[in-house]
This record gives sequence, structure tokens and C-alpha cells, in this order.
Amino acid sequence: MTRFRRVAVTGFLPAVLALLVAVVLLGIVLRILGADPLTSLVALFDFGETPRAQANQMRSWVNGSVPLFLSGLAVSIGFRMGLFNIGVEGQYRIAGLVAAWFAATVALPAFLAIPVTIVVGMATGALYALIPAVLKVSRGVNEVITTIMLNSIVGGLIAYLLRGPFRDPALGDSASGRTAGVREEAWFPGFDNPFGWLGMDTPSRPLGGFLIVAVLVGVIVAVGLSRTRFGFNLRASGSNPEAAATSGVGASRMIVQAMLISGAIAGLVGLPQVLGDDHGYGAESFALGFGFSGIAVALLGRNHPLGIGLAAILFAFLNRSGPSLQNVNVPPSVVLIAQGVIVLSVVIVNEVLRRRLLRMEDRKAAADHPAPPQQGAPSGTAPAGASA
Amino acid sequence: MPSEARESLPLNEPLQAPVIELRGITKRFPGVVANRDIDLVIRAGEVHALVGENGAGKSTLMKVLYGMYRPEEGEILVNGTPTTFRGPNDSIAAGVGMVHQHFMLADNFTVLENIILGSEPRSGGRIDLEAGRARIDDISRDYGLGLDPDAVVEDLTVADRQRIEIAKVLFRGARVLILDEPTAVLVPQEVDELFEHLREMTAEGLAIVFISHKLDEVLKVADVITVIRRGTTVSTVDPRSVTARQLAELMVGSELPKPDTRDSTVTDKVQLSVAGVSLVAPSGKKILDDISFDVHQGEVAGFAGVEGNGQSELVGALLGLVKLNAGRVIVDGRDVSDESTIARRNLGIAVVPEDRHRQALLLTSPLWENRILGHTHDPRLFTSWGWLKKRAAVSDTARIMSGYDVRAPGPDTLAGSLSGGNQQKLILGRELESEASILIAAHPTRGVDVGAQAAIWERIRAARAGGLATVLISADLEELIGLSDTLYVIYRGALVAKLDPASVTPQILGTYMTGAATEVSA
Repeated sequence: MTRFRRVAVTGFLPAVLALLVAVVLLGIVLRILGADPLTSLVALFDFGETPRAQANQMRSWVNGSVPLFLSGLAVSIGFRMGLFNIGVEGQYRIAGLVAAWFAATVALPAFLAIPVTIVVGMATGALYALIPAVLKVSRGVNEVITTIMLNSIVGGLIAYLLRGPFRDPALGDSASGRTAGVREEAWFPGFDNPFGWLGMDTPSRPLGGFLIVAVLVGVIVAVGLSRTRFGFNLRASGSNPEAAATSGVGASRMIVQAMLISGAIAGLVGLPQVLGDDHGYGAESFALGFGFSGIAVALLGRNHPLGIGLAAILFAFLNRSGPSLQNVNVPPSVVLIAQGVIVLSVVIVNEVLRRRLLRMEDRKAAADHPAPPQQGAPSGTAPAGASA
Repeated sequence: MPSEARESLPLNEPLQAPVIELRGITKRFPGVVANRDIDLVIRAGEVHALVGENGAGKSTLMKVLYGMYRPEEGEILVNGTPTTFRGPNDSIAAGVGMVHQHFMLADNFTVLENIILGSEPRSGGRIDLEAGRARIDDISRDYGLGLDPDAVVEDLTVADRQRIEIAKVLFRGARVLILDEPTAVLVPQEVDELFEHLREMTAEGLAIVFISHKLDEVLKVADVITVIRRGTTVSTVDPRSVTARQLAELMVGSELPKPDTRDSTVTDKVQLSVAGVSLVAPSGKKILDDISFDVHQGEVAGFAGVEGNGQSELVGALLGLVKLNAGRVIVDGRDVSDESTIARRNLGIAVVPEDRHRQALLLTSPLWENRILGHTHDPRLFTSWGWLKKRAAVSDTARIMSGYDVRAPGPDTLAGSLSGGNQQKLILGRELESEASILIAAHPTRGVDVGAQAAIWERIRAARAGGLATVLISADLEELIGLSDTLYVIYRGALVAKLDPASVTPQILGTYMTGAATEVSA
């Protein structure tokens, strides 16, 4: 009962409540924009006319949620430790580029190509995240500032690399930057008929197989956080750094480790595209912004892998419906407003419920054990001179 | 009995009219009655002490009196008129002021600025500092507070700060002052001074509500004592006719033990050795100054000192939380000076930190997670590969809870919802159950009720008999004298005296603690 109530209050209830609040707020926004909220809502669920179009929509929904999930996971590792890793954006961009270059340049046996490329991507993300970690530990620089700055450095760094060392030698001078194509051994396989079991048509292109990696990483993070010494130390440091330090968990070490893991997971975010779809990194084609949406996804998912998964699916659903909204004359950027409204509602609802929960626990503990067991007469053994 | 101050108001003379009267106050929270049928009469010119265990309902009652809670039943009469307090503003308007246990002062402000902060006297839209200064001078003179309005708070002692807090309340026109554990932060000499001030105030017709755990002090200062137990007022007694023991028994409803350690269990095996430990602040100030001492198996080494004289840093030095400028820490013959905190903990150093909320607990986590905090290398709780044995951790938490009398619904309860005493018992339990050979206990019974205090003393004594070497840092001199085998006094980061607890008194200790005397041998 206690447990159920606590899960209900801390777990899905806030998210559901927040979504309801967000839907109402969004309705108001749509009204102001002059659109009909109900039509727009229906348009969100428009998956197209033909079975093939529907299958394609499903595919882009699922594919779209994978990088959001990984990015949310990366951000959440930092959050759990009390670190605000805004640098996931930069970490995944540089990791995507380096992984693409590596997979295009280095010849490896087929069975090694994919795992080694993934490791290269993770290592790149981790190393890029190590910079703010070291600066924080050694010089006390706030990671919010360093990660934001490193995000903007990444843009210049990538432009340079794509103009120079990592540029596809076959490209002309005027063409925009691109790495050479990823060698075929490193192409990430996909599912040709992923929705057959739902009785749906096959999509035009296979569903990205990186989904498997994402789920695997999600499970590892979930188990690692809740069931290992390392995960406990990380959570303890995040929830009370001083108590953790007193009990022997060094803050500096935890900061470095948490940032390394966060960066390593961030390093995975761009790989479904690099290895699965584009088979290379192109300055124009590589999708940006997942690092920032990941912050929202982590918040909405309450830093729990399962919640982050659901949040990623929701955000991907909204991203996918942008074009459908245009069909009913609603600007597609309403999707961004929707995502923003959702995150704000979540933050507010969470805080309100958290306070309620604390009060509830207080009362419960007080109710179960109001006072020490009574001994002797109710009035007590009043000594001589008692005036009442 | 120090009754001179009360002579002006003997109980058999016609009593002053009550300034505040509580009648049948009942305050319920869902499922629990925090206050039940409380009757309390506070008269002008008297110090009314309120004593009771933690969780007995004192703080709820104070919140009712201060307007933070509204009772469901009963009435509050101010000067005989029934009044409803909708919030602290109402109670301040009615002349009730509260001096909190933790001071709320801006360190970089002057005394004057701190006192007027929030109720600034104005003239023509500007703060009228001169009017404020004049009123503060009046208050300071009337009650003998000796305040310098222009001193900056960060330069002042704890006792000075407390007087500022009192002046702040008086500045707002309070006629009834609630003092929550005012002596917890003071040395004996300062306590006596505080009591002088309280007498000045009652002589001027103010009423004082004095909340304290220290029964000797209550007996010394109070004109009337009301005992609260299980949410209700059990009796109101005349301090001249009760002893501290009788009072304590009224509070808990049963007999209680004293902190005396009986037979010596000190062995000749040195378990912890500290040699020449020094710590210098970047400013050049010596925080720890060449500290050396040994603690043997079965020995409790007590450290007395006014807070802020290096006690916290000494704990940090023993645990490896601070980087030392000089000196060694040797555990069981092994030099751990360069070892990490976790390595030292794994070698058998257990710790009960001074601030349990900040240093010992994850308040928003369940008790079982708090039990494993700092014990992640305990093979009962984690496998050698670092996997958490959750079921074992939960059941071990339940075991500690029953063994150490931690009153809470279960291992899943959040640590933050326990009372201070229960939190402390859990912390002590998890530390003593770790097969530690050294215990570092800082203020182990601070803010803990008498029942829990006795239980904690009992546990420490039992562990001492089992060979535990204990470093005990405390502000409670009775506790130090009662539990310690050896007593050190720490003053400005240096050990200034080594004393025999069998022959020392709180007064002598106080003299060393304030630096009035030094003596290194004993």
C-alpha cells in the first residue's frame, strides 16, 4: 500500500497529470493561433492514407524516438549526480563525426566493424565530456558554462574537420562538407518488416536496428543505477554530496565518472543515423538538436530509464506529426510549443506533488508512532508540588 | 536553589493576569493527534519552561502559539480576549515573538541592519537608521543586552548573535518571547549570562517561554515548568519542588539512566593514534594546531570545546575529508594519512557526523538506502562484484530498526520523515553494526529526546565494553564527563588540556573552553 502510493505519486501520476495540464494549455495556444484545437488534436494522430504511408509513419516515429531516448538517458545520468550536462549536444555531434570517419576509413573484419565503431563513438563522447568534468573538479568551473561553450566550439571543430582531415577526398572544393561513406561492414542492419506482427505493411525503408542497442543501454543503466554499488554511490552523491563524501564516496571521482558515462551514452545518439541511415556524416544532413531535446525528455521521464523511454516516444510522436499539422493549416512549430509546454507542466506538477508526498510521509510516520509507549497512570507520576 | 530572581514573584502571592492563555488546544494531523487538550497559562514577568521529549508535541504547540498552525479545538486568549492567529504576522501583532534555535542573521550586515531588517523604521520613504538605532539602544539598555549597533555580525560570538535575535524580536514589540533551545549553542558561562538577561526581561514585565532539553538549566531559570508528554500537558510544576530526575521521569513516564560509564574498560592497545596533525587555512589561520592523542581499545576520548574551534575539521582529518598540512593518522598501527575516506572506513572507522541531515542521511531516500550509505563494501549488503543485495539490505535495516528501537513504519519509510532521535538511532545502528574498531561520534545526542539519548549512551557504553575506541565530540558537558575515559579540551584548533573526567566539573571545563586557562598535562 505504502509502496504503491509512493510509486503512484512519484512515478506515472505526475506525468499523466502534467500531460493533461499541457493538453489544456496547448488547446488555449491553438485557439489563440486561430486553429481549432480538436481538429489539430485529430491531425496529430493522422498516419496517412495508404498502408505503406502508415508503415512509414510508424517507422519514422520509432526511429525518431531512439536518439531522443539515448540523449535523455545521457542527460539523466548527469542529473542523477546533480550535474547539468548541457553538452550532450556537442558530445553527440563530435562523436557522430569521429565514428563516421572511423567507419569510413578503418577496415575491420565484419563482426568487429560495428562494435568497434560504437566503442569509438562512445569514447569520443566520453572524452569530450571529460573536459568539463576535469575543469569542474580541478578548477571548480561550473559545468553548465563549460558544456555550453564546448557545444559552440564543436560547431567550429566539425567545420574544420569536414574541410580538412575528415573530408571525403572525392568531394569537390565547393561541395558542403561530408565524410567518405561508411564501409559496408559497419552499416547497421535494420528490420525489413518490423510491423508485420501488427498486420501492417512493410515500410519503404527498414526500421533502424539501433533500437536494440538503445533498449540494451536503457536496461543496463536502469539496473546499474538501482542495483549496483556504483549506481548507489552516484545517486547518493546526487542527493546529498556531503553525506556521500562523509561516507567515503569522493565527489570528484563521482563527477568524473558520471560525466564519462553521460558522454559515452551521448556518443551513441548520432550513430543510428551515421551507421544506419546516412552511412556517413554530412554537415547538411546530420540532424541537430537531440542534445537539447534530451534535457526535456530526461525531465519528463523523471530521470528514470523507463520514463525516459516513454517521454522519448511521446516527443518523437509529436515531432512526426509536424507535417500532419500543416495539413490542417497549423504551423508545424506548434510541436515545439507543445514540447515546451509539456516540460513546464511536468516541472510544476512534480514540485507540487513532491511537496504533497513529503507531507504525506511525515503524517504517516507521525500517525504510526505518535509518541513513546505510555507507562504508568495517564496523568503521570506528578511529584509533590505539582499544581495541575 | 537559585531563587533570588524569583523572590519578587512567589507563587503564593496574587498572580499576574495571564498574557497568553491556551485552553484545550487540540491539533490533529490526519490519523494523529499532535496536540490534545493543551492548557497553558503564560503570565507576564515569568519564565515559563516547556519540557518534553522530541515528538511529544512541543514544536506543534509552539507553532500553534506562533500562528503557524491553527488548532481544531480550543482557544487562544491574548490578555483575556479570544484571538485567532492566521499566521506569524498575527502573533507578532499580538506581541508573541520567537527566537529560533538556528539563528537567521545576515553575516555581512551590522547589528543595526540585522535587527531592523524586515521592519525598517521609515521616514519619507527612506529607512530611518537613526530611529532604529535609538530604539535598539533603548532595548539594549532596558534589558542589559549590551549591543553595539554598528558591529558586523560575522565578527561576533554565538552568544552575541543570540542577543541580536532576542533584540530583533523585542524590536518588533514582543511581550512574550519563545526561546527554542536557547542554550544548545552556549558554554556554561554564556548560559549564565543569558539567564541574567532573561531575568532583566521578566523584571520588565515580559513573559518568556523557554524550551529546553537541559533540565538542570530549566530548574535554574524557570518560574514555572510545564511538562508535555504524548501531545498533552501532563503537569505544571514549581521548579523549587522538583528535581531534574523527577522532571525527566515526568517527561518519559518512566525511570531513566544516567550517562555514567562505570568500570574502566580501557586496554593498553592503541587503536587510533593522531600525531602532530595540523591544518592551516589559506589565510594562514591555524585551524588544527599540532594535535596529538591516542585512543585505546575500550576507551572513550571526549573532546570538549566551544563550537568552531576545530572540532569539525578534526573529524574531517580523521576521515580523510581534508588535506592536512602536517601530521599522521594511524589506525591500528597502520598509517592511513594518505588513504582515501572509503579506505579508512573499510579499515573500521565508523562515524556519527555532527549534522545528521547534511552529513549522514539521504532524507528523500528510504531507510534501507540510508542503511547502506557508507557501507557499500559490507559483504552482507553487496557482493564482491558490487551487486546490491536488496533483500538482505532491507531485512538488515529491519533488524537494526528493531535492535536500536528506530520507530518508523518500515525500511521503506523516507528518512526525512523520522524524528531526530529515530534518525540518530538508525545512524548509530548502521555504524555500530559494521564491525568497526573506531567510532567517531560528533554530538551523538544533539537534538535528541531523553529516551533516545539514554539509548544512544547505552549503545556507546556497550560498544566500549566490546573494545571500541571512541572519539566523542560533544557540546553537552554532562555527556562528555559521564561517558569519557579521557577528556581533552580543544581551543582555537589546539588541545589545551587533558583532564580526568572523574575529577572535572563543567565549570572547570568551561574555563578551558573559553581559553581562560591552559594546561596540557594531567
